[in-house]
Amino acid sequence: MSLQHFAQSFVRAYKIAMTPPYGPVMISLDTGLQQEPMRDDGEKPYIPRYVPTSPPQGDSGAVREAARLLANAQNPVIVADRAARTPNGVTLLVQLAELLQARVIDQGGRMNFPTTHYLTAPASAVSNADVIIGLELSDFWGTVNSFTDNGENRGIGQNSTRINPDTRLISICAVELNTKANYQDFQRFQVIDVQMAADAQATLPALIEAVRSAIPNHRKSAIAARGESAKKAYAEMRSRARQAAAVGWDASPISTARMVMETFGQIKDLDWSLVAAESPRFNWPHRLLPIEKHHQWLGRAGGYGVGYAAPASVGAALANRDLGRISVCFQPDGDLMYAPGVLWTAARHKIPLLAVMHNNRGYHQEVMHVQRMSNFRNRVVNTGKDMGPVGTSIQNPDIDYRKLAESMGWWAKGPIKDPSELGPALKEAVAMVKAGQPALLDVWTQPR
Amino acid sequence: MIRDPNLRTLAIVAGLVLTSSVAAAGSAEKGKAAYVRHGCWQCHGFDGQGSVAGSKIAPNPMPFEAFSDFVRTTSGAMPPYQKAILSDDDLADIYAYLQSVPKARDPKTIPLLNP
Repeated sequence: MSLQHFAQSFVRAYKIAMTPPYGPVMISLDTGLQQEPMRDDGEKPYIPRYVPTSPPQGDSGAVREAARLLANAQNPVIVADRAARTPNGVTLLVQLAELLQARVIDQGGRMNFPTTHYLTAPASAVSNADVIIGLELSDFWGTVNSFTDNGENRGIGQNSTRINPDTRLISICAVELNTKANYQDFQRFQVIDVQMAADAQATLPALIEAVRSAIPNHRKSAIAARGESAKKAYAEMRSRARQAAAVGWDASPISTARMVMETFGQIKDLDWSLVAAESPRFNWPHRLLPIEKHHQWLGRAGGYGVGYAAPASVGAALANRDLGRISVCFQPDGDLMYAPGVLWTAARHKIPLLAVMHNNRGYHQEVMHVQRMSNFRNRVVNTGKDMGPVGTSIQNPDIDYRKLAESMGWWAKGPIKDPSELGPALKEAVAMVKAGQPALLDVWTQPR
Repeated sequence: MIRDPNLRTLAIVAGLVLTSSVAAAGSAEKGKAAYVRHGCWQCHGFDGQGSVAGSKIAPNPMPFEAFSDFVRTTSGAMPPYQKAILSDDDLADIYAYLQSVPKARDPKTIPLLNP
């Protein structure tokens, strides 16, 4: 490869990475090119102009059919996962939802829909839907079906549907275009009635217009009434979340709901950005926090992986630093063990980041599965040395994350076990981050 | 057989009270240790408060009979705990611990939950 070809390949790689479906691109450069001096062969190398590629939009016929189904539905539900690529994606989704007065389930792959909007709905809202539209869903099957890991069905577990048999399904998902990539992102196969291999955000303007045209006049009062019901359901959902958060509020180890709200208490008047909080099973931020701006939640790894939160947080905090935002991460303990060196990178480059550790002293993705497998065989799974089932605890010795972070140049404190000490410690940590340095609070928490 | 439905209800209630009082004879202190050892905390939290992975089971646990039946025979996401791995004494102690968990605070009294 010549130096000029490298420039072209680099711009091409950037275009591929930045065209939905987004994804990483690797360029492998031969050693010779990297080490040899530039040769003067009469033509000066240049960097080709970057022109963004338009994202793929849904077929017009499929958009019209989707609009027809949505406009005539009794109870349409919108489900969004990695849908809103930019703040405009959130605006468009709010427009579609309000036009239909359809409840929205935000699965949190990105910040798609404000948690303060009355059309926000829990995952269970799919059960009463007659039309469901999925926007960039990583797992449509998992959205409309449930799996119980109960050892039945020859040990595989039990599948059951969560929707009515005649519910119509619509999908707009750019990941359908990934079939020529090195890696695919298929989950279980789900039959879809109207399926568009297209970018959801790019398709939303056409879909909104098509829905507006398709809503019959006689449906408008029913749609308005649906909105009133949604307001009531939303108020009840918020009330239930607060009641659930109050249970165990003064517990030690500290409840994860309290950890989230104590943190929010210290950052609520700042321009904050929650850059990571791994595991879909840790859902307090979405249940309790007013997440209204696109940058207030950056999404999850997407693959139930471990080890994403720490490096992703540092990268996001670097971007947020220049925008004057304070970056916050609820850092799982097991996750930090995968690439702890990133702590040094943050300190070395003075990247301000508040890492509040969700330290449950274990790899909790697996605990219940191991417990099940043992119970089915009437085996005692706990060896008596650790809290959790064999092979899942991070104990004996406990990791001193404060010392780990300090050794890498961070301001750090903990472990904090008494909930009354958490607020004051967070105040100190936020002051450090505002002064421009990374800070870590090791908090011993409840498991979830 | 008790034919009067009112008397039958009374007998069931009396049975539950009797069963609950038998369970209450368990030790909350031992129950807290058993609760951790048997992994209840993994989904229900150390104080029984529940989470996305498991329901709230304290404070105010369900009647002991229903609790015991569920633990022994469940076929859902939670695996059953048979006597071979969870003795009757441990189960009674765990129940006593759940009974000892203090009442949850009213969310209206927690300023952070009312921003």
